[in-house]
Amino acid sequence: MRLARYVGYRLLLAVPVILGIVVLNFFLIHLAPGDAASVLAGESGAATPEYMALLRHKFGLDQPMSTQFFVYLLNMAHLDLGYSFRNDSPVAALILDRLWPTALLMLTAFASALVIGTGLGLVAATGRNSWRDNVISLVSLVAYATPGFWLGLMMIVVFAIRLEWLPTSGFDTVGAYNEGWAEVVDVARHLVMPAVALALFYLALYARVMRASVLEQTGMDYVTTARAKGQTERRVMTGHVLRNALLPIVTMAGVQAGNLIGGSIVVETVFGWPGIGTLAFNALQSRDLNLLLGIFFVSACLVVLINLVVDLVYVTLDPRIEI
Amino acid sequence: MRAGFSRFARNRLALVGAGLLLCLVLLVVLSPLLYPGDPFRLAGPALRPPGGAFLLGTDTLGRDVAAEVAYGARTSLLIGIGATLGAIVFGVIVGGLAGFYRGAVEVALMRLTEFFQTIPAFILAILIVAILSPSVTNEVIAIAAVSWPGIARLVRGEFVALGGREFVLACSGLGAGDARIIFRHLLPNCLSQIIAVGSLLIGTSILIEAGLAFLGLGDPNVMSWGLIISAGRAVLRSAWWICTFPGIAILLTVLGINLTGDGLNEALNPRLRDR
Repeated sequence: MRLARYVGYRLLLAVPVILGIVVLNFFLIHLAPGDAASVLAGESGAATPEYMALLRHKFGLDQPMSTQFFVYLLNMAHLDLGYSFRNDSPVAALILDRLWPTALLMLTAFASALVIGTGLGLVAATGRNSWRDNVISLVSLVAYATPGFWLGLMMIVVFAIRLEWLPTSGFDTVGAYNEGWAEVVDVARHLVMPAVALALFYLALYARVMRASVLEQTGMDYVTTARAKGQTERRVMTGHVLRNALLPIVTMAGVQAGNLIGGSIVVETVFGWPGIGTLAFNALQSRDLNLLLGIFFVSACLVVLINLVVDLVYVTLDPRIEI
Repeated sequence: MRAGFSRFARNRLALVGAGLLLCLVLLVVLSPLLYPGDPFRLAGPALRPPGGAFLLGTDTLGRDVAAEVAYGARTSLLIGIGATLGAIVFGVIVGGLAGFYRGAVEVALMRLTEFFQTIPAFILAILIVAILSPSVTNEVIAIAAVSWPGIARLVRGEFVALGGREFVLACSGLGAGDARIIFRHLLPNCLSQIIAVGSLLIGTSILIEAGLAFLGLGDPNVMSWGLIISAGRAVLRSAWWICTFPGIAILLTVLGINLTGDGLNEALNPRLRDR
């Protein structure tokens, strides 16, 4: 029951943030030089005069700024993100169609980065200054400086073009019409490289944070007490240190949620992964700014949601926090 | 500061990082001598593999990839440093006002900072450049606009901590104005931390710039690493070198900046010192 109240409270806190995103979007539309209608329609002059007139009327562009903002807010409140003239489809429907591949990619990348990263950080911290620690620290330093999209391109050269182990791009094999397990395996084979390209940076980040966090915790009094009680080193780690050391990782996961979505844009573009990122790239190519604004709005809302989940995980992990 | 310098000099990784950055600066300074003329100039036959007259090969139009990478270093550094300076100025203003005046100003400004920390930074940067049109200046503006929150939080924290200290209280007791306290006492005392955190921001900014240029939002008239990769992507199957070398350049540059920045953090940040 207290948890439900807490969720309600956090949702309430999200309202001003979402409102802020709407204000920012509105500001961005008017940041563009020239007519706001041409921004919303895409600038290449592809829209018909009738459509432009419709836009002007719908967004109240002939009205004062305050009315325009109110109209915009009203549209957003109805989840009406506008219409993509280029794709001949409502923006909300376009984004909704692409949500699943992006969610699959992000969750795979995030889960593997989390599990492998914290594992490596733990290994590095328990053998401080050993060769294992040095190798892990060095690899994470390099991974931390590698642009994900470039890593993706290099993997395509090695694993898809030279070795022909994995497909270069796409979500599944076109025209194969696999079903059941065959389809799952097919998608998984397509998912490997984009997931690695997206995950590596976060893997390195979690390894670094986890190493520092474990080292900090092992210096605490409660660890000395546990050891003095005669507990095995393994038990001290899993029973005492791990849970406390994970807290900064959870915080970091929330902070990085927005960057994970941003990173998936370039990675999806590299691999032609049919998610929101590729949609955003195509919107950029055709200068469909309204679609881009819609993508920004939806991903920002997604980040707010992820942060709510992160907070819930945090209070479950750390019972000291009063909710 | 001197103690910080010797601490930095004893840090082997930091010295490696500083060495990498020195190479980069040499590349920037020497590129007009090594590769005179415009890097966009067609230097030879197209798609020549690395080796021979063209150390890193040529691209689809017959431009020298080595010259492109050398001139790209200039753009990356310029945008990285420019965007970081912009972020520092804005972050110091927001964080400084919040930390000095406290109260409602602090609440409002810190909510704004948290807001900008939550929203997807890279997508916002894409939108800003797409709306303002791709150019070096607009890239700097966009990257600065999404990277200031970290600095603002740092400065606010330092101002709040320093504001209660006796030397600051004494100053205001002696009748010093707000501006004098801020610029003579508070800001100089958190300068080393700003430098340490800011140095790491340069690396992040270079990575964002590369991503923007890769998506086609780089300045088309200025050579940059992301631009080369974006152009080479179409011929990845037959000419791997066009994408490979600028990527290695990005990696080494950001690695150098991160190692140097970590070293600076350890040397200048008192809270990390005893680890």
